[in-house]
Amino acid sequence: MTGISTDVLLDIHRRMVRIRTFEEEAGKLMESGKIPGALHLYVGEEAVAAGVMVHLRDTDQITSTHRGHGHLVAKGGDLKRMYAELFGRATGYCKGKGGSMHVSDLDLGMLGANGIVGAGPPIAIGAAFSNKYRGTDDVTCCFFGDGASNEGTFHEAANMAALYKLPVIFICENNGFGEFTRQERHQAIHDIADRAAGYGMPGVVVDGMDALAVYESAGEAIARARRGDGPTFLEYKTYRYFDHVGVRGMGVIYREDSEVLEWRQRDPINLMEARLAEQGLLSPEGAAEVHEAALADVREAIAFAEASPFPEPSALMEDIYTLTASAGGGA
Amino acid sequence: MTTIEAPASREVPYVSAVAEAFAQLMREDPAIFIAGEDVALYGSVFGVTRGLLNEFGPERVIDTPIAESGIMGLGLGAAATGLRPIIDIMFMDFMGVCMDEVVNQIAKMKYMFGGKAKIPLTIHTMAGAGTSMAAQHSQSLEAWFCHVPGLKVVMPSGPYEAKGLMVAAVRDDNPVIVVNTKTILGMRAHVPEELYEIPLGKAHVVRPGTNFTILATGRMVGESVRAAELLASDGLDVEVIDPRTLQPFDTETVVASVKKTHRALVAHEAVRFGGIGAEFAAQIQEEAFDHLDAPVGRVGAPFTPVPFSPPLEKEYLPNADKIAAEVRRILGRQA
Ligand SMILES: Cc1ncc(C[n+]2csc(CCOP(=O)(O)OP(=O)(O)O)c2C)c(N)n1
Ligand SMILES: [Mg+2]
Repeated sequence: MTGISTDVLLDIHRRMVRIRTFEEEAGKLMESGKIPGALHLYVGEEAVAAGVMVHLRDTDQITSTHRGHGHLVAKGGDLKRMYAELFGRATGYCKGKGGSMHVSDLDLGMLGANGIVGAGPPIAIGAAFSNKYRGTDDVTCCFFGDGASNEGTFHEAANMAALYKLPVIFICENNGFGEFTRQERHQAIHDIADRAAGYGMPGVVVDGMDALAVYESAGEAIARARRGDGPTFLEYKTYRYFDHVGVRGMGVIYREDSEVLEWRQRDPINLMEARLAEQGLLSPEGAAEVHEAALADVREAIAFAEASPFPEPSALMEDIYTLTASAGGGA
Repeated sequence: MTTIEAPASREVPYVSAVAEAFAQLMREDPAIFIAGEDVALYGSVFGVTRGLLNEFGPERVIDTPIAESGIMGLGLGAAATGLRPIIDIMFMDFMGVCMDEVVNQIAKMKYMFGGKAKIPLTIHTMAGAGTSMAAQHSQSLEAWFCHVPGLKVVMPSGPYEAKGLMVAAVRDDNPVIVVNTKTILGMRAHVPEELYEIPLGKAHVVRPGTNFTILATGRMVGESVRAAELLASDGLDVEVIDPRTLQPFDTETVVASVKKTHRALVAHEAVRFGGIGAEFAAQIQEEAFDHLDAPVGRVGAPFTPVPFSPPLEKEYLPNADKIAAEVRRILGRQA
């Protein structure tokens, strides 16, 4: 943990705990039918979002995926407005129109959770292009899965990013599965970062359960992008504890329970807490306080969401188009 | 071609009717294979391919990467060279990812090559809202494909139709898109055990009636039958017609009905503006103008993306009540 300030370490830990708590409670609410639709939960992968996002400003953008809650929590999303969105309430980030798969806050630079696998990379290069065009040193972090790395959209975007030296970081969350299909059954390579070379950008393979390794690798890539030196591809090896949708993680047909348990042995939060304890930076009691505070925030957010109204039926036909002052006849 | 009329004996859910059609077709023709995301080991997220991997093995039941353009192109290349592929696109919304393959390649290869190519390709996909899956997992985009010469489009309204139309689609020597509706996958009805075809391009009179015609597609067929029951208490005798195939469209059956009833309404779950109902209504007016006592009505979703929030989605979705209300409005206007 050399060279990383205590504040940053504690910040990463806190972000991970907030994600985990958010997700576990959301999962229960989905299973009990209180949250409609499908939730793709991020539990197990928290180190990636936390280790990357701690480097970012509000003006840096991210593109996310169907598994997007963790990204928004780590980017500083308001838990109340997030939960309200999952519940489909008018107070939600998207006024209840988007739900889990689209929960977003453009004010925090989040250009969407996304229901379309592989939709993020082209959008991310557009945001990065805009940053460069507007002369800012903001960067765009593009999160996507191992499964998404097989979509043509990723390949087109990667080529353009390197060609135009765009300030974008491709962050591949390799959790070993695209839905129920294991990585070795959906691509012939083991390290997805190998693909970076084909587009002329650096590709790095990193332990995605180790928040510090994430922090350091992301820091370098983000600094490189801010300097104007172009994109980087970061592959984080990680694992989703739960099923593709919902909370069930064990007893599923496409993987062995023992594999889940093995990955859980290297749980990113436990790993971080052990290290922080070792360094004398966070006692077990201190860690427990962080968990309790996160749970209190999440419970407050859930209460807020449940007390919030559903959108009025008239909201159905709002927000489809932007009223353009100059179009259609003037004053 | 045999159309077997159903003695009510073997009730099967929609999802199993599709799975059964796939299995029986694959037994019949070794050139058939099925490819798509999670169709093999997992049996598809909707369960429509459950059991196929066991029986036919991984050479014929293929889990693909998440790569819709690639999967669709695989289907086209294989179809053009002698195979009879079934390509599964999990949610119809994802057709957006592979539109070039479908619209510029699959639909046009035969014509562009002067008729030489034969493309016996079936695209199987899942449309429809009502599951709180929001704007990118709920659309009914069938009109897009009906607009493209070279493609055929079918939309089953229940288990019997699902199997019979699938058989006809797969045996057809042209690209056929089978648009299922995810919210009726659990619907049960009689389905003959043997292979049977529902001929493409033939409409079906679901409920005969004398003084109003409702032409409905997919899930709206069942909703229209319910609407007809509601309207029966107003003394209306409503005929409900299911075109089953949207492209080619059976104008004849529909026009014959309208000539008898003198009033018609088209209903679909898709957005009303530019929906396939607009084409149907135009054809009815062209062919039966002198027989119409009222403008042809249209029921469809409002012009908005599908919302997530359950009360909004409920507001969005067409249903029996909305269909019945529109019928009453048409009759009121006419009076
Ligand atoms: C274009 C498209 N194809 C398929 C799907 C269905 N789908 C949703 S998530 C998913 C798996 C994505 O795998 P990966 O990119 O590895 O992300 P993970 O779920 O593992 O986080 C699939 C196939 C989709 N939403 N969009
Ligand atoms: Mg994955």
